[in-house]
Amino acid sequence: MAKTHEDVSDGTTLKLILAWSFVGIPLAWGIYETLANAVLLFH
Amino acid sequence: MTHESNASGGSWLDREHTVAKPGFSRWLVPPAALCVHLCIGQVYAFSVFNLPMTKLLGITQSTPDDWKLTELGWIFSIAIVFLGLAAAFTGTWLDRVGPRKAMVTAALCFGGGFLISALGVFLHQLWIVYLGYGVIGGCGLGIGYISPVKTLITWFPDRPGMATGMAIMGFGGGALIASPLSVWLMQRFASPTHVGVAETFIVLGLIYFFFMMMGAVIVRVPAPGWAPKGYVKPAQPKKLVTDQEVHVDQALKTPQFYLLWGVLCLNVTAGIGVLGQASAMSQEMFPGRITAIAASGFVGLLSIFNMFGRFFWASTSDYIGRRNTYMVFFLLGMALYAAVPWTGHTGNVVLFVLFYCIIISMYGGGFATIPAYLKDIFGTRYVGAIHGRLLTAWSAAGVFGPVLVNYIREYQIDHGVAKANAYSVTMYIMAGLLFIGFLLNYFMHPVHERHHLKPEEAKA
Repeated sequence: MAKTHEDVSDGTTLKLILAWSFVGIPLAWGIYETLANAVLLFH
Repeated sequence: MTHESNASGGSWLDREHTVAKPGFSRWLVPPAALCVHLCIGQVYAFSVFNLPMTKLLGITQSTPDDWKLTELGWIFSIAIVFLGLAAAFTGTWLDRVGPRKAMVTAALCFGGGFLISALGVFLHQLWIVYLGYGVIGGCGLGIGYISPVKTLITWFPDRPGMATGMAIMGFGGGALIASPLSVWLMQRFASPTHVGVAETFIVLGLIYFFFMMMGAVIVRVPAPGWAPKGYVKPAQPKKLVTDQEVHVDQALKTPQFYLLWGVLCLNVTAGIGVLGQASAMSQEMFPGRITAIAASGFVGLLSIFNMFGRFFWASTSDYIGRRNTYMVFFLLGMALYAAVPWTGHTGNVVLFVLFYCIIISMYGGGFATIPAYLKDIFGTRYVGAIHGRLLTAWSAAGVFGPVLVNYIREYQIDHGVAKANAYSVTMYIMAGLLFIGFLLNYFMHPVHERHHLKPEEAKA
């Protein structure tokens, strides 16, 4: 029978939040900076 | 099984030490992949260093001993060529050693490439920069690009397009971070006697090394026989989705590999050609209406669509199939490329921007959908190595696309065509390239069973 890893503990939830924040925050900043410049296109 | 392997000898970098323990969430793997791809995506923003590096000696303006823009352009080109070579030649090694060792190698090469380049800037020796960022950094790009692909496909057999799309989206997003970050750092380090490039290289090298190492720490491979909860392997696979495995050496002997090579190359050629010229093209097609500042905003907007297109189209391919997704790229792409000159003639900036955003989303989508397409055609086992070989199509397109656009434009202008109309023929040629891509994709069919691994080989 196939093993699963889907039984996620609280510790794993915290790891998920930290890992996604680690990549998500810089990416969100980059998108914000780019959009702020892109707005000039429509002025 | 997983616990025992961790207690055994060997290096932390070995594949055996990356096998996930029970309770590990597969959703930790995409951020691990993004740690690498967000860093190596910096290569698309390398041009922000070009102008400052022409003033390393003169500071406020170039002196005769300063580096020329044409010489600096080679840094990016060398890096892209070594990206393709490293991906092609290390794919088999990577499949064997696993993602962690590959990610650490990529971090050492890419971060180290920046540090070596900083030395080159400090000593004002361009060959050191070529070696650092171009050769060593380029190897880091190639190894880093393919390192998480197979791992993600193995963790997400139910949604391989979405999984690889998420990682490769990071490659598109890396420039969005790198560009403002690099400019900000250079401003911090600049002084009346210094442009601040060397220090910026050092800081970026350290940041990227740390970030990529975090990916290596997080990444895990599933235990043998693992499957997502509730996932049932389709009893009757779709026509173009194999349940067999094709060895990387055999894959190179199949027509399918070369059809896919052509499909990727033509999709990338069309996109990369106009991406590099987007700023100039928008200003020349709409003179007086799109200023230089607005054009840089346009390029930024394209970067965002390039990034999200990777995730959107790759995820969509899980539902409509890979071949159908590429059919959309080629058919819709042809229509949009052919319509771009019309937006210029009618002066419709909004439609021009909209058409370009969709075109570039499909350019990114082509990159992100190809790993899952390879998995469908050749199986999962050697997908990393096969993907590495296929990325030579990217290197070829990287040369072919910009050359095609630039030379056709020059030819048009030299023959008296107004700048505003000089891109029309280019657009029609791009539409023609996409038609060839459409035909190659149309002829895609399953790999003949003589190329499949024998049952005893598959078990080995």
